[in-house]
Amino acid sequence: MVMSIVHRITGAALYFGTVILAVWLMTAATSASSFAFVHGFLGSWLGQLILVGYSWALLHHMFGGIRHFVWDTGRGFGAHERHLFAVLTLVGSVLSTGLIWVVVYSVR
Amino acid sequence: MSDATSMKTPMKRVRGLGSAKTGTDHFWTQRLTAAATMLLALALVVVLASTVGKDAVAARAVLAQPLVAVLLLLFILSGVAHMRIGMQVIIEDYVHEEGAKVIALGLNTFFSAIIAVVCLFAVLKLSFGG
Repeated sequence: MVMSIVHRITGAALYFGTVILAVWLMTAATSASSFAFVHGFLGSWLGQLILVGYSWALLHHMFGGIRHFVWDTGRGFGAHERHLFAVLTLVGSVLSTGLIWVVVYSVR
Repeated sequence: MSDATSMKTPMKRVRGLGSAKTGTDHFWTQRLTAAATMLLALALVVVLASTVGKDAVAARAVLAQPLVAVLLLLFILSGVAHMRIGMQVIIEDYVHEEGAKVIALGLNTFFSAIIAVVCLFAVLKLSFGG
């Protein structure tokens, strides 16, 4: 129940968050000074916090989506499985978000 | 409507797909775009995140790489199609007043189309210049 509503909330956050991607890409394509401002903001601590949150929402939504793929096969509807999905989605999304940003900061 | 009170046989209902004649296309599109968006996002997320902290010139150079641009174009098409259907489901579940629902569904399509075209235009311009 809670994971279902979180799937919707992360989906809606990703939906409106596409504005960030659109502004970032459009300024990159059209204006060096605007892009420097937008890109600079995303590189600030606040911007990076937003991006970490956005990547977590994406990964949480991805794991929730994999859960839906399992459900589509008619499996995984028991109480035990649903609890396992919830734990895996939470742990998986946090660990994979951490992994991505560790990789990002280490290859920089 | 329960089967006991319906004049339609189960086969009739399956063939007719209900009064709207369609019904499973959104379900299927949502699964296809989910799979595509997931694979593309996994390929792109590290590339895009790695531009954070780089200077603007270096970030633009990453976006103009052909492979990155093609993956981005696919990601935008797939992701926008997916998010439009997802938001439509949310609207239909929570907005019951007919006028508000029609307006919300229209705005959903406008928003999705604008995001898609702006992102596609920007990626193409970064690649082709001009």
